Amino acid sequence: MGAVNLNNIVKRFGTFTAVEKTSMDIPEGSFTTLLGPSGCGKTTTLRMIAGLLDPTEGEIIINGKRVNDVPIHKRNLGLVFQNYALFPHKTVAENVAFGLRYRNVAKSEIARRVKEALELVQLPHLGNRYPKALSGGQQQRIALARAIVIEPDVLLLDEPLSALDANLREDMRVELKNIQARIGVTTVFVTHDQSEALAMSDQIVVMSNGRVEQVGAPQEVYNTPASEFVARFLGASNILDGRCLSRGGEGAVLEVPVFGQITVPSAKAPHLAGEGAAKLVIRAEKLLLRDSPPEGGAFSAPATVETVDYQGQSVRYFVRAGDMQLQAINMIDDRPFPAGAQVHMTLRPQDCAALPG
Amino acid sequence: MGWAAIRAYTILVYLFMFLPVVVVVLLSFNQNQFGSFPMTGVSLRWFEALWNNDAVMRAFRTSLVLGLLTALISTTLGVLASLALVRYTMRGKNLITTILIAPILVPEVVLAVALLLFLNWLGIGKSFALLLAGHVIFTLPFVILVVQARLVSIRRDVEEAALSLGASPIQTFFSVTLPLLMPAVAAGALFAFTISFDDITGTLFWKPGGVETVPTQIFSMLRNSISPEINALGTVMIVITVGLPLLGAAIARQISIKRGI
Repeated sequence: MGAVNLNNIVKRFGTFTAVEKTSMDIPEGSFTTLLGPSGCGKTTTLRMIAGLLDPTEGEIIINGKRVNDVPIHKRNLGLVFQNYALFPHKTVAENVAFGLRYRNVAKSEIARRVKEALELVQLPHLGNRYPKALSGGQQQRIALARAIVIEPDVLLLDEPLSALDANLREDMRVELKNIQARIGVTTVFVTHDQSEALAMSDQIVVMSNGRVEQVGAPQEVYNTPASEFVARFLGASNILDGRCLSRGGEGAVLEVPVFGQITVPSAKAPHLAGEGAAKLVIRAEKLLLRDSPPEGGAFSAPATVETVDYQGQSVRYFVRAGDMQLQAINMIDDRPFPAGAQVHMTLRPQDCAALPG
Repeated sequence: MGWAAIRAYTILVYLFMFLPVVVVVLLSFNQNQFGSFPMTGVSLRWFEALWNNDAVMRAFRTSLVLGLLTALISTTLGVLASLALVRYTMRGKNLITTILIAPILVPEVVLAVALLLFLNWLGIGKSFALLLAGHVIFTLPFVILVVQARLVSIRRDVEEAALSLGASPIQTFFSVTLPLLMPAVAAGALFAFTISFDDITGTLFWKPGGVETVPTQIFSMLRNSISPEINALGTVMIVITVGLPLLGAAIARQISIKRGI
């Protein structure tokens, strides 16, 4: 098992910079997700850790050792790809045994470990089949078994769930996380899917345009975004441009359209230094619609429902307040508000987050 | 009316193309000295005569050795060239591809004379090695085209998976890339062998004195007389150049059915 450290990594392809001066620490045994839209540099970063790409600058350290000059086949890593990448000319058992053949493992030992690995991914009876005879989900489990049977220092997962269909993806997500927790291998997971990242990770690294936007636990990244990009990329948010009037012990006082003055607790405004332009982030699910104003309701504003997107247990509303359109996702147990309804939006200050403008 | 006419025309075209071949094969089993219908009886005497004809057997051995060596060298070079062209980026890649494929586009006579003149200019005389080199140049494009097409369809991440599991680049080539490439390698080798075995134009220019391949042997036998032995030789040629690729294809299909590829 090993920790991974990246020190000021840069990757350029010709004049294009894919990854810009990036540093990150991936703790031993953790499940760390590199999250971002396509082209943000997350896959490039993973491929550099794997040794499939050489960084233009900077150091890659695994287990305390600099591995920039260690070729991929000597790094002892498990790699799982989006398209499984099983060897089509080998049986499932031969696929899983592949890495052990290059590790001086005795024949009887190979058989035992292959069997164990196949049991771990719950496909003990498929050893003699060829990959083409398996479903996508089965193939991905075999690919996982093949990667972990060699007891890698680091497990690298490159969008491993993207090729599976929706239901299967959610099952595999739980199973993958369970397997990782059981063997405790340091794992780097690349995805563009925020719900995968939030559900599985110990630590999320949000990337955009080759830079790290924020590093933190899922709740931290979700509730206290460090930048407008993170706020918009994770979940559905309303972002109101306003001003910070004062920054004191009990929080930051913001003046924003629609709601007027609102005091955001300090913990939810860690990046806001003082007075000046500021942004208020309101998660769509924290903006509650009611048909009457709350009692003594300081943070309430009238609005008109424009669009109703009914989703069963919840509804997504687009409402208009003055010249602003806001988004609200509310749980309901009855009928949703119809389009055109006059409603009151309410929110609690501690559910908001403040960003520098 | 229209379709019937097209059907009849098609049948006639095929008859025109294949009837002579059928006639050669049938007459090779004829008992009679004079190759003409009706056949007077079935016999293998012309095959026997062939077997006892030293010149023919020598030509046969030459063709076999030449074809096998051509296939071996062409396939090896073709696989290496395809790997370079598909897996790596380099300057002048398109130019290199064009040059490697060019021998298909240039008329064979031109290629034959050019190589001969070039080697004359270098002061190198005709030899078996020259003949072999000519055949390799001429068959290489076929191997490259077949192998390249297959290599493009082998996903890079399968090779990357092998590398990540601890196989060195060379081990990865032999344990993953080459086995997946095998159908194309076999097809390329068969192509190279049959083209070399069949070739007459280039061979006539390149062969050193006294060396005959089967096609040049048939050519020289025809100059004297039309012996029924030639029919038998033709039948053997057909079996080798048509039967071998068919057999190869059948084996390849069996393997891929077993693996479900």
